[in-house]
Amino acid sequence: MKKVIVVGNGMVGYKFCEKFVAKAGSEAFKITVFGEEPRPAYDRVHLSEFFESQDAKALEMAPRSWYEEHNIELITEVRISDIHRDKKTITSVDDEEYDYDYLVLATGSSPFVPPIKGVEKEGVFVYRTIEDLEGMLAYAAKLKATNPNAKAAVLGGGLLGLEAGKAVMDMGLEPHIVEFAPKLMPRQLDSRSSQVLQLKLESIGLNIHLSKATNQILGDEGYITGMEFGEDDKLDVEMLIISAGIRPRDELGKTCDLEMGVRGGIVVNNKMQTSDPDVFAIGEVALYNQMIYGLVAPGYDMAEVAASQIIGDADVLMPAEIDMSTKLKLIGVDVASFGEPFMPASKGHSVIFENKTQHLYKRINVSLDGKSLLGGILVGDASDYNMLHQVFLNGMAIPEDPAQLILPATEGGAFGSALDLPDEAQICSCENVSKGQICGAIKDGSCEDLASVVSATKASTSCGGCKPMVTDLVNETLKSLGKTVKNVICEHFEYSRQELYGIVKVKKLTNFNEVLDACGTGHGCETCKPVVSSIFASLYNITPNKEDVTQDTNDKFLANIQRNGTYSVVPRIAGGEITPEGLIVLGQIGSKYNLYTKITGGARIDFFGAQLNDLPAIWKELIDAGFESGHAYGKSLRTVKSCVGSTWCRYGLDESVSFAIALENRYKGLRSPHKIKGGVSGCIRECAEARGKDFGVIAVEGGWNLYVGGNGGATPRHAELLAEKIDNETVIKYIDRYLMYYIQTAAPLMRTAAWLDKLEGGIEQLKKIVIEDSLNIVEELEKDMQFLVDAYECEWKQAIENEDMKKRFSHFVNSDDRDDNLVFVPLRDQKMPKHWEKEAKEVTL
Amino acid sequence: MEEVLSKYKTVKDNEVTVWFKAASVDAFPNDGGACVKYKDLQIAVFNFSRLNAWYACQNLSPEKQEMVLSRGMLGDQKGIPKIACPLHKKTFSLLTGENLNGDLDPIAIYPVKIEDNFVYIGFSE
Ligand code: SRM
Ligand SMILES: Cc1cc2nc3c(=O)[nH]c(=O)nc-3n(C[C@H](O)[C@H](O)[C@H](O)COP(=O)(O)OP(=O)(O)OC[C@H]3O[C@@H](n4cnc5c(N)ncnc54)[C@H](O)[C@@H]3O)c2cc1C
Ligand code: SF4
Ligand code: FES
Repeated sequence: MKKVIVVGNGMVGYKFCEKFVAKAGSEAFKITVFGEEPRPAYDRVHLSEFFESQDAKALEMAPRSWYEEHNIELITEVRISDIHRDKKTITSVDDEEYDYDYLVLATGSSPFVPPIKGVEKEGVFVYRTIEDLEGMLAYAAKLKATNPNAKAAVLGGGLLGLEAGKAVMDMGLEPHIVEFAPKLMPRQLDSRSSQVLQLKLESIGLNIHLSKATNQILGDEGYITGMEFGEDDKLDVEMLIISAGIRPRDELGKTCDLEMGVRGGIVVNNKMQTSDPDVFAIGEVALYNQMIYGLVAPGYDMAEVAASQIIGDADVLMPAEIDMSTKLKLIGVDVASFGEPFMPASKGHSVIFENKTQHLYKRINVSLDGKSLLGGILVGDASDYNMLHQVFLNGMAIPEDPAQLILPATEGGAFGSALDLPDEAQICSCENVSKGQICGAIKDGSCEDLASVVSATKASTSCGGCKPMVTDLVNETLKSLGKTVKNVICEHFEYSRQELYGIVKVKKLTNFNEVLDACGTGHGCETCKPVVSSIFASLYNITPNKEDVTQDTNDKFLANIQRNGTYSVVPRIAGGEITPEGLIVLGQIGSKYNLYTKITGGARIDFFGAQLNDLPAIWKELIDAGFESGHAYGKSLRTVKSCVGSTWCRYGLDESVSFAIALENRYKGLRSPHKIKGGVSGCIRECAEARGKDFGVIAVEGGWNLYVGGNGGATPRHAELLAEKIDNETVIKYIDRYLMYYIQTAAPLMRTAAWLDKLEGGIEQLKKIVIEDSLNIVEELEKDMQFLVDAYECEWKQAIENEDMKKRFSHFVNSDDRDDNLVFVPLRDQKMPKHWEKEAKEVTL
Repeated sequence: MEEVLSKYKTVKDNEVTVWFKAASVDAFPNDGGACVKYKDLQIAVFNFSRLNAWYACQNLSPEKQEMVLSRGMLGDQKGIPKIACPLHKKTFSLLTGENLNGDLDPIAIYPVKIEDNFVYIGFSE
């Protein structure tokens, strides 16, 4: 049996193992892997997620058991110190010797630390390993305990530096980015896009310092207190993260005389062989085409090449051109560059679209003949990145007016469907999966849905950026084969939500077990139970009180569960209008039950920290004072936000508060696939942010404009215009029809924005259905809605007036005691639950 | 908090030395659960009436160590009865305590018996 030794168990070293054992003939080899880090390889690309989760396991590429199952010996926490090429052996730091037939060096790189005076001080970190992050978290927590306004800087404004900047911000420190060059992301962006990015980053709270050469790290007592640039140019910071580039960890290559690059890196050919044909180098340690590629995708390609070469498949070679396109994965800031981002005028033309007020910059570079796309830069909106990148990679034809590719709101987009891409189009660049492989897996029958395609091809399992495209390809292929794209609810129901809705309605089923017996299998679960409960509510306005055991926990207790198992209480404050007397009562109740109180983002009042046992008493007092449930816990109407409108505002064109209250009262309690929010503004200044809501109404000269399908949240989307200049009755009529149609046809937990995106024909189609009645259903929709409106009942009133229903609100069945596990700590003048263990975030008191 | 966790140890049927009389059968909703206090322990007890079976486990979710499992939702995964934690929907087998959708530590489970319309939970002292 031949022996393969892999030195380095990082992303690329792991990928080598994965690819190797998947190949025919790999049984004839024994693989041994050495890793210096204490744990098996993890996903460094998503390292920043560790700040939030602090769950190292979640980042693992594969558990230790995977290596065992594949007969790979994994030896961690051991550094290899020497290679003896003459004997074909290596030795570890503890002087153990191992022999090999093939040696694969996957030792990666280490952060480059510039030789600045004082860098050795405490509080200066690099950003590469889980241990680095643990160190930063502990240090940040310590800093904040003594100084709530502590500052931290990142040295380096490149891709990684900006990611580190976001991490600093999330740790609650004041973030500063210090860059030597006169622009951000100098390798990817031109100066104009860098300026736009700078504005955007500053608007979210990052402080940017460009053209700064750091002379010295300040601090007299061994820890950092600041950075010095010029004589009088200083920045006070208590922590510093260095992100100034990487250096290949090529020390093993040097000591055994492999050919090295002038500036480091182990030289390899297109077979990934070093100057010794039995020694391979892959990943960030390998110098290929005189380049170190600091990205994971080329590293994975190298792993594939080396694995093939060793097994004996000599045809698999590294391509000469390597795609360096990148997308920044900072949440909330879109930045991407692909192909040739900077284009000299002699080689092509650039088309540039810039809108500084919206922090938008898009540039594409087009060949001189105007026929192909050579590269580009996207800042502020990178939603077209996947498509543009594909057009570039595959040399696809572009529109006669290339500007169409980047101009905002090209209806339907300038691109056709993803299916128009050629089969070779590389969809997932991390895992190198082509369109042909994805569609082929469906066509040859080996896969039947997204989940099975993902597990068979590994597409979208690394950075996830291609997920939307993979989903589209799978769905489109299924459709082209005449198969319906089936979104079944879970293992208990072979139906989509829409189908189940139909069955429940036709068979007039009214409890969960009936539905399960009529058309399901097994005993239900946490996925299908809430779906069925929501369908009952949408059909008959049955409240969660009737069958509380099939409700999501929030619905079950008519309150939102909080971190420590206590609940929040949100009474309805329709349209945001409340009398001073109402406010006083709320204050008294909050104070009596010692509840943490705040104004919500939905413009109403939330009480937190109520114990289960107290909920009925709190609600009794609220209801006695004239309040009712706010359904903050339900997948149901939340709020209709209003601006003050024409009753007071000097610009108001109509009474937005009155209308918001009317709408909120009409739809309150309405259960739906996901929550619904509304907004009413008195003029186009839009102070109620109505266009960010599921339905939004804005007063204009001559009536109201009605917008639908807006969303804040994780994927913000402006609502689209459904009808113009209509009166109050027509607004209500259209909203009735629109919401009811949504309720009947959407998938579980799909907001109206995503639903409208998926609706074939989009807003135009919706107009036809809702306004022109193309499906001949509006009468039915209106009737269904009116039924639900009339059936409304405050479920909290129901619960406190019925002894049986009230029973569920106690912590123990056999005792009146309360949960003795609860610990609250002071927070400013109020309280909060004690932090979860391992949580480093500290709160400043 | 590790301390709290260490108080909960699975009890096998043949290890029971004390049968604690918790509450009457009808105090537990059909296909639902409730929490029982026994000395300084919190035990989640489930009446899985669709399966005609009773189960008990620690009330403490091992993920964030909050006393919430009794408020979770019952269900089955390929026939295995399970409970989903109300906080982040981690699910646990009610037969073995094993975490079915992650690699959290298993939860402790306890024997339950019904006699004269009363629910008893088995402990070993
Ligand atoms: C309390 C509140 C934050 C605050 O203190 O201000 C809040 C708190 C929660 N939000 Fe929110 N959201 C609150 C306003 C908002 C807003 C602002 C708004 O309504 O104008 C948004 C963005 C607008 C939008 O929805 O389009 C918002 C977008 C979300 C999302 C993302 C939804 C999306 O489509 O992407 C979630 C997650 C989800 O629902 O899946 C969420 C979920 C949650 C949950 C329910 C998370 C959870 O399951 O524990 C939080 C618990 C609520 C509670 O009372 O315990 N919350 N949340 C706000 C309550 C408003 C109210 O009066 O009812
Ligand atoms: C925060 C962060 C974000 C990133 N984001 C992206 C991104 O969005 N997109 C992207 O494409 N890339 C990104 N990268 C880069 C990507 O992580 C690297 O390209 C990739 O990890 C390189 O893999 P590798 O196996 O070559 O090196 P590594 O993952 O560094 O693995 C090398 C391993 O070898 C070990 N080792 C070294 N010497 C020895 C020895 N002598 N004996 C034993 N073991 C040894 C090291 O300890 C290490 O564990 C990011 C990197 C970081 C740090
Ligand atoms: S939206 Fe118009 S009416 Fe409403 S507050 Fe703003 S300016 Fe006034
Ligand atoms: S606390 Fe139970 S699953 Fe997170």
